Amino acid sequence: MAIGLHDSSIKNPVIRWVDQRLPVFTMMQKEYGTFPTPRNFNYFWNFGALAMVTLMIMIATGIFLAMNYTPHTTYAFDSVERIMRDVNYGWLIRYVHMNGASMFFIVVYIHIWRGLYYGSYKAPRELLWILGVVIFLLMMATAFMGYVLPWGQMSFWGATVITNLFSAFPIVGEHIVTWLWGGFSVDNPTLNRFFSLHYLLPFVIAGVVFLHVAALHITGSNNPLGIDPKGPQDTLPFHPYYTAKDSVGLIVYFIVFASLVFFAPNYLGHPDNYIPANPLVTPAHIVPEWYFLPFYAILRAVPDKLGGVLLMFGSIAVLFILPWLDTSPVRSMRFRPIAKWTLFLWLIAFFVLMWAGGKPAEEPYVTISRIATAYYFAYFLVILPLLGRLERPLSLPESIALPVLRGGGPMPAGAVAKPMEKA
Amino acid sequence: MAETMVPAGAPHGAAHGPTPDGGTRRDFLVLTTGAFAAVGVGAVVWPFISSMNPARDVLALASTEVDLTPIAVGQAVTVVWRGKPVFVRHRTAEEIQVARATPLSELKDPQPDQARVQKDQWLVVLGVCTHLGCVPLGQKPTDAKGNYNGWFCPCHGSHYDTSGRIRQGPAPLNLAVPAYSFMSDTQIRIG
Repeated sequence: MAIGLHDSSIKNPVIRWVDQRLPVFTMMQKEYGTFPTPRNFNYFWNFGALAMVTLMIMIATGIFLAMNYTPHTTYAFDSVERIMRDVNYGWLIRYVHMNGASMFFIVVYIHIWRGLYYGSYKAPRELLWILGVVIFLLMMATAFMGYVLPWGQMSFWGATVITNLFSAFPIVGEHIVTWLWGGFSVDNPTLNRFFSLHYLLPFVIAGVVFLHVAALHITGSNNPLGIDPKGPQDTLPFHPYYTAKDSVGLIVYFIVFASLVFFAPNYLGHPDNYIPANPLVTPAHIVPEWYFLPFYAILRAVPDKLGGVLLMFGSIAVLFILPWLDTSPVRSMRFRPIAKWTLFLWLIAFFVLMWAGGKPAEEPYVTISRIATAYYFAYFLVILPLLGRLERPLSLPESIALPVLRGGGPMPAGAVAKPMEKA
Repeated sequence: MAETMVPAGAPHGAAHGPTPDGGTRRDFLVLTTGAFAAVGVGAVVWPFISSMNPARDVLALASTEVDLTPIAVGQAVTVVWRGKPVFVRHRTAEEIQVARATPLSELKDPQPDQARVQKDQWLVVLGVCTHLGCVPLGQKPTDAKGNYNGWFCPCHGSHYDTSGRIRQGPAPLNLAVPAYSFMSDTQIRIG
């Protein structure tokens, strides 16, 4: 790369002056202006942008909440109530933050589902997928610690239960838990460090999101057909086509988000968290936030303490190796007649776990959780590796544009290997 | 950016062409969209800015009541109002007389003593130097009271008189008189 001023194509003299010295405008134009994007996106492809917007909303509202929050066991609960009652628009900012966590998980779960259904995790996007799983893990940690901060009953006992998971590990377990707590129970040191980390992790997430997007812009986006764009006829410039499509989705998303914030702000929460934390009384029925329920159900499905913990962590860990478990070269489930239904069944298992996780740990919920847990893992560890060999996929279209531009349907299977149509 | 938003292949037929007054439909759309976006951004940003203003519990503590009975002639007390010190001074007849005798032409911030008190013997001023916000000395009998027997700000050497008026030094204004009212002869409410 030549030393000297960047050869900018920007006309505006002021922006041009900056761009010649720091070509951020050229970069934005390249990555978000002319960036070639498959022309056949459906609305599932909105959810990455929605997640990005939600992260920014969470950081913005969180910064303003932190201006009025006191991370001390004596004051935390009251400081949150003060935000709700006395701080100007504090109720709004807190309800946006609180429900923003739920909206974030809804968006990210749909985003992950999109990846699972259209095979976005497959080569060459394995690292892109892995970075996504890292973001998901960081989100879970952030959400968990954020839920502790109001220091209500669910905060306290949620923190107690989740940190105690680590006590399942032999020999070092107890030491790890004491270390996490900074004492011999969940107490002020725990609250202080959770506040510190809850403030830190979103910026770590933002950093990994940057890597996630950078990796995306190397491989390019997947698309509903799961086949690679073969030339300019298969793509559209990101702007204005997908900025416009993302904006439509964003407005619908904001309508849903605002409905929750203004009309049912506590619908997804638990009333017990409006009772101040009491280290001597555990609520009769403690449940995590809804977005953790599937994993909570997996934890409780196993009668062995360590086994349950390992399986719960394993349910996320398995996602890291998913690109190598799925042996089929066909990305989109549209062309995988058997795998498609096994994946829908997996989705049902996920929802069953979410439902069972919110129920008491008794029959029949335990048995149902076990069946769903077994299928959750079987899909990744047995079905996907085998189906790649056994299943006969439908024939793939020759290109993204061809069926549309020529009015024809999918081409014969052999056509996939043909060289590029006229560009 | 508006120009670059027009796709190269966008139709430019009669319906999209200039209107008699020179604008196009696209101009209209861009302007209305921009206006709505500006209003929307304002509506979203306002709660955040507003949340940084004093909260209701802070405003609820915005007034302070002071019982004047224990303050003897010549004494002064300091009370806290909105987190700031307020000087309440029970002035002697001589102090009042000196304050009233000062010609306004000698003052940097001309204000008659009568305009600064509600009852002659009670002077109530904010104990915050109008230069850079230090608390002037002069409340305690042992304090330096400055060249005019009022208050002296040790930070940058401002001298205030027995009416709390700036007489010498860098401060531009007299010590501020807060809003207060006599609830009875021996009780005031500040704020």
